[in-house]
Amino acid sequence: MFDHSKLEKNSILMLIGILIVVSIGGLVEIAPLFYLESTIEKVKGMRPYTPLELAGRNIYIREGCYNCHSQMVRPFRDEVERYGHYSLAAESMYDHPFQWGSKRTGPDLARVGAKYSDEWHMTHLIDPRALVPESVMPGYPFLATTALKYKDIEDHLTANKMVGVPYDEAMIAAARADLEAQVDPDSDGVEALQQRYPGAQARNFDAQPGVPTEMDALIAYLQVLGTMVDFKAYKAEDNYR
Amino acid sequence: MSFLIFLPLGLIGLLGLSLAAGADDAVMYGHGLLMAAFGFLGIFWVIARDGDMGGPAKAVPGGVNYNDGVIRAGVVASTFWGVVGFSVGLVIALQLAFPVLNFDLPWTNFGRLRPLHTSAVIFAFGGNVLMMTSFHVVQRTCQARLAGGWAPWFVFWGYQLFLLMAASGYVLGVTQSKEYAEPEWYVDLWLTIVWVVYLLVFMGTLWRRKEPHIYVANWFYLAFIVTIAMLHIINNLAVPISLTSTKSYVLFAGVQDALTQWWYGHNAVGFFLTAGFLGIMYYYVPKQAERPVYSYRLSIVHFWSLIFLYIWAGPHHLHYTALPDWAQTLGMTFSIMLWMPSWGGMINGLMTLSGAWDKLRTDPVLRLLAISIAFYGMSTFEGPLMSIKAVNGLSHFTDWTIGHVHSGALGWVGMVSFGAIYFLAPRMFAAEKLYSLRLVSAHFWLATVGIVLYASAMWVSGIMQGLMWRAYDSLGFLEYSFAETVEAMHPFYVIRALGGLLYVVGGLVMAWNVYQTAQGRIRDERPYETTPAAPATAPAE
Repeated sequence: MFDHSKLEKNSILMLIGILIVVSIGGLVEIAPLFYLESTIEKVKGMRPYTPLELAGRNIYIREGCYNCHSQMVRPFRDEVERYGHYSLAAESMYDHPFQWGSKRTGPDLARVGAKYSDEWHMTHLIDPRALVPESVMPGYPFLATTALKYKDIEDHLTANKMVGVPYDEAMIAAARADLEAQVDPDSDGVEALQQRYPGAQARNFDAQPGVPTEMDALIAYLQVLGTMVDFKAYKAEDNYR
Repeated sequence: MSFLIFLPLGLIGLLGLSLAAGADDAVMYGHGLLMAAFGFLGIFWVIARDGDMGGPAKAVPGGVNYNDGVIRAGVVASTFWGVVGFSVGLVIALQLAFPVLNFDLPWTNFGRLRPLHTSAVIFAFGGNVLMMTSFHVVQRTCQARLAGGWAPWFVFWGYQLFLLMAASGYVLGVTQSKEYAEPEWYVDLWLTIVWVVYLLVFMGTLWRRKEPHIYVANWFYLAFIVTIAMLHIINNLAVPISLTSTKSYVLFAGVQDALTQWWYGHNAVGFFLTAGFLGIMYYYVPKQAERPVYSYRLSIVHFWSLIFLYIWAGPHHLHYTALPDWAQTLGMTFSIMLWMPSWGGMINGLMTLSGAWDKLRTDPVLRLLAISIAFYGMSTFEGPLMSIKAVNGLSHFTDWTIGHVHSGALGWVGMVSFGAIYFLAPRMFAAEKLYSLRLVSAHFWLATVGIVLYASAMWVSGIMQGLMWRAYDSLGFLEYSFAETVEAMHPFYVIRALGGLLYVVGGLVMAWNVYQTAQGRIRDERPYETTPAAPATAPAE
């Protein structure tokens, strides 16, 4: 018969016992997600964020948008009708960290991309209640007047590459040019940007002349959300095994 | 021996200066200076203390030379951070009811203040309570002084520096966006150092014990310290964009990151807010009730089954998401099983009052401890219920979750902490007794009514919103727009804020009571009548 007093009288044994007992659950549940191929579906269209979208994503994180907005459409009839196709694991495969959220004080944003105009987003972010009277969202007028800081954008791409996002050397070298080209649709750099990031939208998102603002970046990020995967080519059955 | 601490403090100071000198952004500059101030002011502080590392609050001839100084500091810090954390909670509750209170500024919007609230209550209030009580319990149950000379003080002040860097970072927009793990990479590294020293102090004190057995409360504290270290390190693995920038990218992405985060997140509940506070229950409830723990055997079963099962429960935060179904089902299964050890612990705590139930009438401190266990039982029943996928489909993403968290946080964590603070205040400040028991009773009622308003408002608004989201009209269209569901919640947000206000006022009453107790004052008030002795039975004629 096992005698518990052995553990009670030896702090090191107790420590080792605790470590063993609390390790098992994580090992069984989390470790397989890194090697089971069925964890992430095979889809067409996923690409890393453009430098501008990445900068916008960082503003989304900085302002804590995830506190009130999820990015995870669950496979329920009402959610699919309200928001669009349920979210796939593949759609957040380049998200460091993930932004699935845990609370919907505001609506889900997983598929907000291309649903509203840039102008709608701009007006809404400056004064949410101008468009949605019932809204309890804070206003973010300062985004439109704050120039985007992106002198270290290459470092951001490099760090992403180190954690596994497939940015190549050309993308990192051209990061600054790509960022500037995306808010300047008439510039020469747009073609190269779209070659590196297929489907990237180049627009003056905040419709203001001059340097890219934080508003440009955030709207560019919101407009790409949920639009990358080609659902015409996606068949859920292909992933059954 | 004091000079030994100068080397690490000097190194921290120099590290802070070099971070400030090379900083890529203003926040790193400020945090570098904070770190430098910590190191250099720390040296002056040690010199000024002139070798006084803290002695027993009340010297007893031949008694153990306890370090009560650091616990006294913990009483002050816990009370302070409690009031701060509850108040920020009230502010953000009001912002949801009246969005104009966001002021359209970066530093005051809900998105930045909500992590400030959660970290202030969990890590600042809860963390200080855990450090304070663990330092007290481990000394008293081992009959030994805290190990490590200045090390306990390093843990205390180092932890306050962590809190300051985390909180100021959120307000200035520095966050990695992982809930309850928002601090950026360098703040995480700093906490890791502090935490390792904390573990060493705790273990070192255990090694000095004069009793052969390690008391059950210390098992829970040890599991809390070790497991939090494991969770913290793995969940915060990240690559900074440069060593002088605040910004980093976490190592994992998407689905793997999601489960790692909720493995961490749920066990921040399981080990920080549960195991650690069960350590408090296992020491302070028997002490205050003057009764032994109900069952020693149940303690053993409770301990091992609780820590084994808790760690599996994370996936219930990700039901119906892109997390593979097998992981969701596993998480749900273990969450339901978790009900049993939770209630085993509740029974062990409540039944410790056997033979002392009458004290609930006359001892409001014991009443706080007892109701905390009742709330613990309630929220550990609600939790497994909400982890069932069909229930979670309704409750997830709604205020029901917020209500659940707060019945646990305000009811269990808050109340048991208040009990411990009221227990420690007179003893650590060497006062004759608490300033006022009537004020403790007032605090009890303010907090209890506050929780009832809070939790019931959130149940109604959460279930209502979940049902509105999925409501269809007779033509088969979604019945409500999202904005309509937001509008419907307004009255409940006002009621919730009112509940929060009562809880804040309760916290202020406690702060006043602790302050007066520290001054050695005793309030002139009607004392609680102790139970009259049973009339002596007269022998029959």
